[in-house]
Parts: sequence; structure tokens; C-alpha cells
Amino acid sequence: MSLLSYLINGISLGSVYAIIALGYTMVYGIAKMLNFAHGDVIMVGGYVVFVLASGMGLPPVLAVMISMVVCTVLGMAIERVAYKPLRMAASPLAVLITAIGVSYLLQNLALLLFGANTKSFTSVVTVPAVSLAEGQLMISGETIVTIAACIVIMVTLTLFIKKTKAGQAMLAVSEDKGAAQLMGINVNGTIALTFAIGSALAAVAGVLLCSTYPSLTPYTGAMPGIKAFVAAVFGGIGSIPGAMIGGILLGIIEILGKAYISSQMADAIVFAVLIVVLLVKPTGILGKEIQEKV
Amino acid sequence: MKKLNKTTKNNLVTYAIVIVAYLVVMLLGVSGHISSLMEGLLVPLCIYVILAVSLNLVVGILGELSLGHAGFMCVGAFAGSFFSMCTKEAMPAGLRFFLALVIGAVVAALFGILIGIPVLRLKGDYLAIVTLAFGEIIKNLMNVLYIGRDEAGFHFSMKDTLSLGLSPEGKAIINGPQGITGTPHDASFTIGILLILLTLFIVLNLIHSRDGRAIMAIRDNRIAAESIGIHVTRYKLMAFTLSASIAGVAGVLYGHNLSTLTALPKNFGYNMSIMILVFVVLGGIGNIRGSVISAVVLTLLPELLRGLSDYRMLIYAIVLIAMMLFNWSPRAVEFRERYSLKRLFGMWRNPEKQADR
Repeated sequence: MSLLSYLINGISLGSVYAIIALGYTMVYGIAKMLNFAHGDVIMVGGYVVFVLASGMGLPPVLAVMISMVVCTVLGMAIERVAYKPLRMAASPLAVLITAIGVSYLLQNLALLLFGANTKSFTSVVTVPAVSLAEGQLMISGETIVTIAACIVIMVTLTLFIKKTKAGQAMLAVSEDKGAAQLMGINVNGTIALTFAIGSALAAVAGVLLCSTYPSLTPYTGAMPGIKAFVAAVFGGIGSIPGAMIGGILLGIIEILGKAYISSQMADAIVFAVLIVVLLVKPTGILGKEIQEKV
Repeated sequence: MKKLNKTTKNNLVTYAIVIVAYLVVMLLGVSGHISSLMEGLLVPLCIYVILAVSLNLVVGILGELSLGHAGFMCVGAFAGSFFSMCTKEAMPAGLRFFLALVIGAVVAALFGILIGIPVLRLKGDYLAIVTLAFGEIIKNLMNVLYIGRDEAGFHFSMKDTLSLGLSPEGKAIINGPQGITGTPHDASFTIGILLILLTLFIVLNLIHSRDGRAIMAIRDNRIAAESIGIHVTRYKLMAFTLSASIAGVAGVLYGHNLSTLTALPKNFGYNMSIMILVFVVLGGIGNIRGSVISAVVLTLLPELLRGLSDYRMLIYAIVLIAMMLFNWSPRAVEFRERYSLKRLFGMWRNPEKQADR
């Protein structure tokens, strides 16, 4: 029974990773950049809900909505100010280093505004826990909501990309920016839209993460952010079902590693997974290989 | 006197800056103008300069982003301190510290090769994230590593001190999260400066050698470099390993400057790697002298302006973003070219030449 409950915890954590990884994978697929600040947008989302729900007493649903709006605006602002001017830069390192700078900036702003103390986050989930198998197996409300949210987001996003014009534009831009522009697609607008969706998802992920693990510091988002990138690479970067599979597998690996190998080494195990994946199959589980042309 | 060529002159200027800075500090020290706070900063300053030069070799010359430099520093620090602890009684201090530096460099270089072989097959973002992962793994490993010694030899464990199975005379040297305590205080400002000069000598000579040009050719265009017969993996590994081993030396200096060495996120974590990256970016990517100067300025400035120290990290972040936008954004580059002093003066002096362009 303990294995089963570990598995459920793993899937729950993995669902959060999957939601974050979706943001990474979409941005990477379209802007071809690793948005290091994505993890810190999660943290911002968490703090917004913390201030609104615990500090000002707003209803949780409203707080989450506002948090999503704030993160969307933040994500688009970051893209406009820090990334867009560097899109045509000579060195691909330039935008990567800027992204690290943005991540650092968000962390330290949060540090100045809220202090280094851990804030205890009150869960916004009101779904009751379910007990199965005569009380031997408890599934918390947070777990149920997280997994449900992950599935809903996945399905919606897939439909959005397959069925809408904006979604098709995203696909086109990720395939070939120049050709997309010739077809009359607004490339800059599409990239901004991608950042907006990714950041809104980050806010959701932040709330779910803080509800499951109720502590909030300026560094809350950094580690899950990096792990979600590992998940995105694991599943194949640029692929939406890949992010889901990668996220859930990684969550299970992390929880099982914590339980059966060593709790201190859990992060090391996750990173070891990344290294093995990149060595064996650098394109990930569902990724496509693209040959470099001279 | 034979006329020196331009690179030699440039290099000599770099060495001279370091030596003059050393002499100034020494003079101030003799005349009592250095506060104890400043004195405590001198060795860390040397460490940061060495790290910045070492990271610039990877970022500027090899053109790949390593976010795991603190990890190499960590390995070097632990290897050096471990050696010093083992030979604390057996050797005179000078020889022991020299050997510790060599060992720190060699062990960090071994890790560099070990990590470089798989990692350098990747590029760009992937390489950055994997080096970051390696740095975190090393920090994690150091926190669960226990090594002790008694008459029977060394004992090794990943659990706790008890499971080392030491005899009553035995002593645990590396103590998991508590790290190594009681390392002899061998590091000094003079040694730090000597190591900076050595680092500069190695790196500057590498850059201007045939190997260095091969490395820069790979940075500028990997496929073209490969097509003219440059062994890409070999040269990449060379630069990466050298950079790792220099970071290891900085680590040894770090370990011997403090009596307690622990692998905390604060000293060997991701933030440390970012801080070094800020030095490199502000100094100019690929500009070794710039790294030296910016490491000194960015370390001293927040300490000198007391009010700023709360905002140090914030300033670092803003410096990083602003410098990248100013230096690399195509629009900023165009703007600078149009209004640069050199060009304005050039136009005034020699209008025909400018008109051709």
C-alpha cells in the first residue's frame, strides 16, 4: 500500500511539473530559448495568491484568477523588455544569460519585498480528501485537484493548438519563423501569446505547488522550474504530450527516490535522469530529431 | 630593445594591473590604511578574480555557458582541504599548501574531463542546464559524504559518522553536512596574487596559441572549424578541463581561507555560479582583463558603499540584464557603431575611408 501512495504522490508532484514543463516546452519550441525566469514566475504567482488570499482575505478562486492575470502580464513584460531585443542577437548565449538575469532579478525583488522568511501558505483547495481501501490509502484534495487540473490543461491546450487559428500560427512559427512571416503570421504577436499562456500556466502551477507543499520563499520556484525543464527535455522538448509524460515520470522518480534511496539525494537523482536521457536519447521520449544544415 | 607586438603588450598591461594593485594594497597595509573588513576581503577577491578568468575561458573563448563552475570549485576545495587535513602534521606548511593546490587542480580537472565528455556533446541551453545539474549533484554528494581515517586506513560512508566503523583513535575528516573543520589557514593575499598571475599567464598564452585559435574557431563556427580538420571534441574538452582545474585551484584557496568548509547553497550553489557569470558579463565576454577588473569592482563596491549591500544581488541582476541588452541587442550594436567615439573621430580625420564602408 505504501508503494501505491508513493505512486499517487509522485503523479501529483509530476502533474505540477507537467504544467510548468508545458510553459517551458511551448516557449522553447517557438522562441528557441530556455526561459530561465519561468520558475520564478511560479514563485510570483504563489506570492500573489498568498497576499490576496491570506493577507486580504479574498476568496481563493478570485485570488487565483488575479494571480494568473498578474503572471500573464509579467511574462509578456519580461518577453517584451528582456528577450525581444535579443531575438536576432549574434550569439545564442546572449538571451540565455539575460534570462538568468531576469530570474535573479525576480528572486531578489521578492527577497526585498517579502524577506527571506518562509511564509506558510494556506491551501486554496477545498476538495475533501478521499480515503480508499478502508482508510489505508488517503488521497488528499490537493492531489485530486492537481491531477484534474493537469488533465484539463493538457486537453485544452492540445485542442487550442489543433483547432484554433492562433494555435496553428504557433505551430507554424515553431516550424519556421521566416516562412511563417511570409504567410502573413504575426510572429512577434504569436511569441508574446506563447509567453502569456506559459506564464498563466506558471501561476496555476505555483498555486498547486504551494498548496501541496505549503511553504513559500523567494526560491520556491527555482528548483521546480529547473526540474520541470528536465521533465520537458525528458519528454522531448517542443512536444505537449511529451511534457506531460516527462513531468509525471519525473515526479514518480523523485518521490520513489526520496522514499527508497535517500531523501538528501532526491535532487541528484532527478538530475542524473536528465544526464542519462541527454546521453542516450537527446531528443527525449517524443521529440523529433532535426538535422543541422550548413 | 626589440619592439613588442600588440598582444604581448596587451598581456603585459594585464599583468601590470595585477602587480600594481598588489603593491598598492601592500603599501596601504603597511601604512595602516586597510580596515580589518577590507583585509578579510582580500583573499576572496583573489578567488573571485581567478574564478571569473576561468569562467571567461568557457563562456568567452569556448562560447558555451557553464552554470556549474561552483561545483568544480567545490570539488577542488574539498580535495585540497582533505589532503591538508591528512598531512597536517607530516609536512611543512608551504609544501603542504603547494601540494594541496596541485591536488585540487588535478581532481577538479578529472571531474572536468568526466563531466566534459558527455556534456560537451550537447550545446547551448542543454549544456548550460546539464552543467547546472552537475553542480547541484556535486553539492548534494558532498553533503552526504563521510570519510574518516584510523590506523587501518581510510573509511568511507554515505550514511553517517557511525557507519564509518572507525577505531577509537580514528577521526572523521569529511563529516557530511558539517564538512571539513580545522583546515590550516594557509591562504594569503600574496599567494592569491601569485595564483592570479599564474592563471592569467596560462589563459592568455592559451588564447594566443594555435590551440586557442582552434578553440575560438569552434566558437565562431563549429561546422566550418570541423571541416578544416579541427578536432572539435578534443579542443572543447581541453578548454573545459583547463577551466575546471583553475576553478579547482580557486576552491583550494577558498578552503584554506576558512577553518570550516561546508558545501552550502550559499558558497557552492547555483548563486555562486551566477555571481561569477555576472563578473564575466560585466567585464566583457571574452575579455580576460575585463573579468579581472569587474570581479574586483563588483566585490568591493557593495562593501564600500554600506547602504548598497542589501541591494547587492538586485544590482547584480540589473547589471546582468542591462549589459546583455546593451552589448548584444542588434539595435544597440548598430547604435553604438553609429555613434562610437572611434568612428566619429575617424570620420573627422579620414573622411574618404569612412565613405567606402
